[in-house]
Amino acid sequence: MSSPPTMADAPTPVDASAPAEAAPSADPGPRAPMRLLRAVGARLVAVASVLLGAATLAFVGLKLLPGDPVATLLGPQTTASPAVRAQIRADYGFDEPVLRQYLHYLGELLHGRLGESYQLQQPVSALIGEQFRPTLELASAALGLAVVIAVVSAITTAGRRSGLRSALSAWELVAVSTPSFWLGIVLLTVFSFRLQWFPVAGTEGVQTLVLPAVTLALPIAGVLAQVLREGLETALAEPFVVTARARGLSRIAVRVRHAFRHAAIPLLTLSGWLTGTLLGGTVLVEKVFARPGIGALTLQSVNTKDMPVVMGVVLLAALVFVVISQVTDLLYLVIDPRLRKG
Amino acid sequence: MAQATIDKARPVRIRRRGRVGPGVASAFAVLALFALIGLAPGLFTDTSPIETDPLAALRGPGAGHWFGTDQLGRDVFARVLHGARPSLLLGLGATVFALIGGTLWGLASALGGRVADQVGMRLADIMLSLPELLLALFVVTLLGRGTVDVMIAVAVAAMPGYARLVRAEALVVRRSGYVEAAAGLGLLRGVLIVRHVLPNAIGPLLVLGTVGFGTSLIYASGLSFLGLGAQPPSPEWGAMLSEGRGFLETAWWIGVFPGAAVTCAVIAVNVAGRHARARFAGGIAR
Repeated sequence: MSSPPTMADAPTPVDASAPAEAAPSADPGPRAPMRLLRAVGARLVAVASVLLGAATLAFVGLKLLPGDPVATLLGPQTTASPAVRAQIRADYGFDEPVLRQYLHYLGELLHGRLGESYQLQQPVSALIGEQFRPTLELASAALGLAVVIAVVSAITTAGRRSGLRSALSAWELVAVSTPSFWLGIVLLTVFSFRLQWFPVAGTEGVQTLVLPAVTLALPIAGVLAQVLREGLETALAEPFVVTARARGLSRIAVRVRHAFRHAAIPLLTLSGWLTGTLLGGTVLVEKVFARPGIGALTLQSVNTKDMPVVMGVVLLAALVFVVISQVTDLLYLVIDPRLRKG
Repeated sequence: MAQATIDKARPVRIRRRGRVGPGVASAFAVLALFALIGLAPGLFTDTSPIETDPLAALRGPGAGHWFGTDQLGRDVFARVLHGARPSLLLGLGATVFALIGGTLWGLASALGGRVADQVGMRLADIMLSLPELLLALFVVTLLGRGTVDVMIAVAVAAMPGYARLVRAEALVVRRSGYVEAAAGLGLLRGVLIVRHVLPNAIGPLLVLGTVGFGTSLIYASGLSFLGLGAQPPSPEWGAMLSEGRGFLETAWWIGVFPGAAVTCAVIAVNVAGRHARARFAGGIAR
């Protein structure tokens, strides 16, 4: 839902420079396995540095949180004695020097421990684990839906000066400008309360997933369709399209088999934006549809100033982002053979 | 590059500067109308946005109340109009704050030496790897809720994007001949930045800022919808939506109209932003 990107300002993958530096194509020097190893190493360093940065940012946030952490931990209505407070202070390591707390925090992270929630008396990783499934279901359903809508809308209308094309373009503009929380409320009003086709809330069954997924998917589909159409129109203007048509391929086959591959490249550069939009969007969509999930957990933690949980979600988001951008880089090679030479 | 290929492929109408299509014109008209409503909502309605009337509660849209009434009998039309100022100011404030912060950040990075550049840009990388809304929520956790806090949170989330742009522009300008000449003439660094570097970066920055205004509007009203920004008696659109969520079964109009107002504003801003971008990219608009 962030600013609808177009090809003009499509974000570049975060570590685009790292592998390029590590595997210079002109350099015949080390043997292939060495080069591969170095490329993989450079990637790992890039991944680790983003994660370390996010962890540091989160830790700085924790330390900047105003007020005594013990008071936040105990909540407003507390009768805890000074002895209990001192005990908590010692247990959580609040009395240690900040640098030591930071190193300790990083050490815990290396073991996959995200710390303990201030409010819910549970490990953050367990809390996130519990809420992971509904959010994953929502995000993947929305992603699938958005891609299908965008592909169909772009392939059928790219390069054609028809009424359908302008109608779809106008629709896409509305879709990218519509706040998802409002879209959700409109869909709920029409399809749950008026027509009663779908349940109002809950997570049981596919029925409950339809409206939230559509809500999350439509604005994304708008952006994807715009970028995809622009890419398709560029590709369709290339000489190879004429060649393919001359070989007897049908219009639609040229689009699907040849032009689409080219148009998919700018689409891939959006994967980072896409991940962020899906993850951030779940906070709003889960609130509208009263669904449980990572978004609902985040909102609850923001409301109770439960910083360790918020930090955990931030780290999860950073992890998802780096994994996706690595996968995207591999996908570039799959889609575009010209890039394989390095 | 993509634009150029399309241009070659089929004739594109080139409009002279100053002429705009009907879509863009109506977008600017809508923006002007929203600005007027925000400045003087009293011109459009005499009804109070906060006065309750229990006898007229939950009435549907009709002649007396164009957008109906809410659970306390307040006129939704008056509330939407009076909500324009807080809602638009929230988005505008966040955008202005992000532009200023991003400019300072970008300039510091470009002109402050290697270490400042490394620190500044790595921080931007990390922040850009996080979802904007999540970053804003992180800041709200630190600051607490309230309109100013939400404004700052949305601004901080948008800042790294502007910082990158300003840094790139500043680096280009700094190496250009006339800036080196100006520096050679002994111009002070500060004067150099204000007089030569900034004016060159301001064009693309404003284009990005226009699109960013739309995004900020969505996020700011979204955070209010989540209960973190403007609080309920305020007719801020996101807060109204949040109240309306509880009455969807009986009174859809409480939530639907303020959301429609946000959407209209964002569509108008986006159309204007695209127009600005197209003009900036060489005066070509399709």
